[in-house]
Amino acid sequence: MSRPLHPGATARAEKGWLSANKWLLARRFSQLSILSIFLLGPWLGIWLIQGNLNSSLILRTVPLTDPYVLLQGLFSGHLPETAAITGAVIVLLLYMLVGGRVYCSWVCPVNMVTDAAQWLREQFKISGSSTMSRKTRYWILATTLILSLVTGSIAWELVNPVSMLHRGLIFGMGLAWAIVLAVFLLDLLVSRRGWCSHLCPVGAFYSLLGTHSLIRIRADARDRCDDCMDCFMVCPEQQVIRPALKGLPIPGTNKKTGPVITSSNCTNCGRCIDVCAKDVFHLGLRLNNTIPGNGVDAEHTTNLKNNSEQLNHSSGVEVL
Amino acid sequence: MSEQSTQASRSAALNSRRKFLLDSARAAGAAMLVAVGVGLYSRQSVSLPASAIRPPGALKEEDFLGACIRCGLCVRDCPYDTLKLARFGDRVTTGTPYFTARDIPCEMCEDIPCVKACPTGALDHSLENIDDARMGLAVLIDEENCLNFQGLRCDVCYRICPVIDKAITLEMEHNVRSGKHAMFIPTVHSEHCTGCGKCERACVLENTAIRVMPYELAKGELGHHYRWGWKEKNRAGESLVTPDIEHEYNLPQGQSYDLQGEGLIIDDGTSSLNPPDNVPFGTSPLDTLNNNSFNTRGTEK
Repeated sequence: MSRPLHPGATARAEKGWLSANKWLLARRFSQLSILSIFLLGPWLGIWLIQGNLNSSLILRTVPLTDPYVLLQGLFSGHLPETAAITGAVIVLLLYMLVGGRVYCSWVCPVNMVTDAAQWLREQFKISGSSTMSRKTRYWILATTLILSLVTGSIAWELVNPVSMLHRGLIFGMGLAWAIVLAVFLLDLLVSRRGWCSHLCPVGAFYSLLGTHSLIRIRADARDRCDDCMDCFMVCPEQQVIRPALKGLPIPGTNKKTGPVITSSNCTNCGRCIDVCAKDVFHLGLRLNNTIPGNGVDAEHTTNLKNNSEQLNHSSGVEVL
Repeated sequence: MSEQSTQASRSAALNSRRKFLLDSARAAGAAMLVAVGVGLYSRQSVSLPASAIRPPGALKEEDFLGACIRCGLCVRDCPYDTLKLARFGDRVTTGTPYFTARDIPCEMCEDIPCVKACPTGALDHSLENIDDARMGLAVLIDEENCLNFQGLRCDVCYRICPVIDKAITLEMEHNVRSGKHAMFIPTVHSEHCTGCGKCERACVLENTAIRVMPYELAKGELGHHYRWGWKEKNRAGESLVTPDIEHEYNLPQGQSYDLQGEGLIIDDGTSSLNPPDNVPFGTSPLDTLNNNSFNTRGTEK
């Protein structure tokens, strides 16, 4: 077995550290700057933006509202004022363009917590993972909306770790650390990528938003793939890569999948681009999703299958 | 061979269906867990502690919790740092705005920036005059310790009230303890009190004697069938029941009695020129006293 222990080691050796981490760095930069802009006000009195991720006001003029929270408000029977609706429309349009779950990997503060848990999981070689269906989040999403309808209050906000952490950092944590810690421990000890990729209804909502989003990860150079599995190892939504990378047949047709990762659960985090020594992936548009050249031969597919089985045995990773 | 493969594919399909159902059941189970946990917690969170007061224009608590998206923009626009955003673990629903009057009361800004900042209308944008705000109702809750109730002239709650002489008035009462002084009782009128809490903040006692309380705790409510007779009479212009029979007072000639007015009225003689026929006594009180029929007057009537 020539597979290196850490995904991305080959890429690091071949492309250099910076180049093999540039998307990760960009993402951390984005997450931290968004948080910092929110913190500039309460900490330094520079009010570029007020509020928090649920709803905010840029330079006292442009409203932004989380459409998911607003939807829960609607379900609980309140018709909001125009400011909130305008803010939600802006956010909706943005994420429908750049990819719904871009929120998860580029904005959400919990991502840094769960990424830290995942990093530690790899450091400590914690391989056990209780498997949950990745569809659980949609069930929970539906549950939160029904709860709003039944209780007449935005019930999910009572426990939502995403807004707890963001609001807590800006307005004061209280005991919200406990909830963030619970998410961290869940991801570290109980389930690999348990929160963001299986349970979080916010991510589920944004994934639905990004179903047809324009900006996508593409595997145009998939012919160069040498089945090192690094992208698969590093991806928080492992199931999204394979169809596009391997050109799997589309069920019910005799066509093969094009090179665009079209799954709405791809968070456009770009880690696959970073860790790929062969530069198979790049960020692009979802247009022109046709099969380049001769497509992929069957041998590749079986290789990947074998590899993923191996992987399952070695680290208990769930493949969907 | 082909039979075998169809059988295999059938069992694979069965397996995958089985896996799908199992996965769905587990996901539904997890969702159910969330529903029960969060649902019960949300029921509990509806009860707001009496000391936590919502900002001006806040909808009724059960509507408010469905309308407020926990963004804190009202808190940011409060110029006096009155409003706080509830933290997880507080007794107030996490992320919703409130204030504690004893710490920092509402200063009743004329432009009501907190309401304007609210993107959803959880703070009702139709509130344009801060005097119309009803954040709660001040209640003088401890008469035993209120200095004015002891006959002292503290008056601080009255003096500080932004709606002085309307929301709080001083009502003069006899001081029974000293027997010769007055007591000036601070009296809150719900018609004008906005619930800003300045009186609660200003109360000089260690623990305040006057508090802003939620309306449902502070106000009684009349039985819905109940009517105040005098109000109905005023509204109708006349009594709605059988008209009152004017009571006849058996008084000496030339005297009458007005129960709800002047009391005993002694005519100066102008009306005595035409004494009513049915009065069994004469115009002069002496005649009446000397009149024999005086004793039998009752039976005559």
